[in-house]
Amino acid sequence: MHRDLLKFMLFAAMILAAPLAFQGGYLMNVLVFVGINTMLAIGLNLLLGYCGQISLGHAGFFGLGAYLSGVLSTTYGWNPWQAMPLAAVVVGSLAFLIGFPILKLKGHYLAMATLGMGIIMYIVFNETIDLTGGPSGLSGIPNLSIGSLDFDSDVSSYYLIWSFTLATILLTLNLANSRVGRALRAVHDSEVAARVMGVNARLLKVQIFALSAVISSLAGSLYAHTMTFISPASFGFNFSIELLTMVVIGGLGSIYGSFLGAALLTLLPEFLRAAQDYDIIIYGGLLMLMVMFMPGGLVRGVPDLFRRLLKKGGDRHA
Amino acid sequence: MLEVSGITQIFGGVTALEDVSFSIRKGDITGVIGPNGAGKTTLFNIITGIYTQTAGRVVLNDTDVSGLPPEKLVRLGLVRTFQNIELFGGMSVLENVMVGLHTRSSSGLLACSLRMPWSRREEVRIRSGALKWLEFTGIADLAGVTAANLPFGKGRMLEIARALAAEPVIILMDEPAAGLNSQETLGLAQLIRRIRDLGITVVLVEHDMELVMDICDRIVVLNLGRKLTEGIPCEIQENHEVIAAYLGDDD
Repeated sequence: MHRDLLKFMLFAAMILAAPLAFQGGYLMNVLVFVGINTMLAIGLNLLLGYCGQISLGHAGFFGLGAYLSGVLSTTYGWNPWQAMPLAAVVVGSLAFLIGFPILKLKGHYLAMATLGMGIIMYIVFNETIDLTGGPSGLSGIPNLSIGSLDFDSDVSSYYLIWSFTLATILLTLNLANSRVGRALRAVHDSEVAARVMGVNARLLKVQIFALSAVISSLAGSLYAHTMTFISPASFGFNFSIELLTMVVIGGLGSIYGSFLGAALLTLLPEFLRAAQDYDIIIYGGLLMLMVMFMPGGLVRGVPDLFRRLLKKGGDRHA
Repeated sequence: MLEVSGITQIFGGVTALEDVSFSIRKGDITGVIGPNGAGKTTLFNIITGIYTQTAGRVVLNDTDVSGLPPEKLVRLGLVRTFQNIELFGGMSVLENVMVGLHTRSSSGLLACSLRMPWSRREEVRIRSGALKWLEFTGIADLAGVTAANLPFGKGRMLEIARALAAEPVIILMDEPAAGLNSQETLGLAQLIRRIRDLGITVVLVEHDMELVMDICDRIVVLNLGRKLTEGIPCEIQENHEVIAAYLGDDD
């Protein structure tokens, strides 16, 4: 337990020190997105990696959080700090209600149902033009602020987002290593045995679906207040798939894995920009290679790779 | 203790069980036997809430538990094990048994996320409770092993340890000796007796006649979805109907 805490402290220190190394600038902006995507990937990983239930509509919850927060603070003049928790409660309750019928489904059928859910939300963002501005988006969303400190610069946004992300990581790590975390993994491995052991699988799945939606909604609100502009294009089916890729590439059932997946998929396109027109091909190729050679995700595959390399080096010396 | 009355189960026109009734006494080891297709596993699935019967009642300690789901039954003290062991393969042996203490603990989503003092105390209690049951079943040395990597016999022990961790009053085992070698079967027989000595009522569906005759206090015989007879082992051994059911009728 102490080792886990130490690992987290080390990770947090690294994150908090990062801006010193990069001296602000464009990369800081990208790292803000890494933070938001880490939150989203963790939310989805709780559902998919731990509990074994797929969702192809999580971009919808992300968007709903962003729009609720954005519309309340921009059109209705709410304080963003009030809009954000309200959005989270609304999105969480909605997910809870949708979850009951939807999570009765399994496998491909659950994938289809959540896909539909995400698409419906996307259509709502696009079509309720009076409220959301439709396809042209919603602009002029206020930044979050504490007293006279306005979170509008790259560095201040970085610390704002990452304090939420670190809190999410800490809380979900606790959850994963607890009675509830074990129950989640039990449902994943054998639902019938979990039920025989007294786990109310149906309720637990809905609860974790709702929790995962709440995390996505918070990430959405943070996104809206940091970018100050949102449009439906950011919350479509493509992004749901990208989130799924982050979770799988990073490592199913690992919180740090979600960070690695989110970091890789957010940073990679930036670095591949140098390859110009070929970037998308390299990107796709890399993902395929990683899934083939690291089926356990980066979080298990990278240490494994090191071990194999060290062993090879050792053999040569022998 | 456990009373089954008039259980009938029809699967799309096929009658799997017809009007089966018997009762199980507290503290007994009861065996349910019968040739393949007699409906033993179906009966088990009904008693343990996996299936809902077409007709009939299941009464546990004077409470009608017919149609209750398994997650409710375990809170009333009824647990089961499976014929093809159902372990949580991705979890360690210790964690598997810790899930067994799910109903003996109560920390929720929020308390666990915030690591509240009481949920931490509970976690310590869960861990030591689970270790106790690993020692009882003799697999404490495997606590850190991933369950999917266990040999079959050890997996069976783990499944029993996990079920015991729920502190049941009655445990139903679906073919616990299936897939075990003769050495392991002997160990199983001893374990089942020690479970009974804890005051836990044991019911088993079993094909291994030697084991059944050896450890059971009473035996219920099913054939073709009906109860053929019941009694103590030596009565069953000499019952002509039972012999005919197993070996085929000469007439």
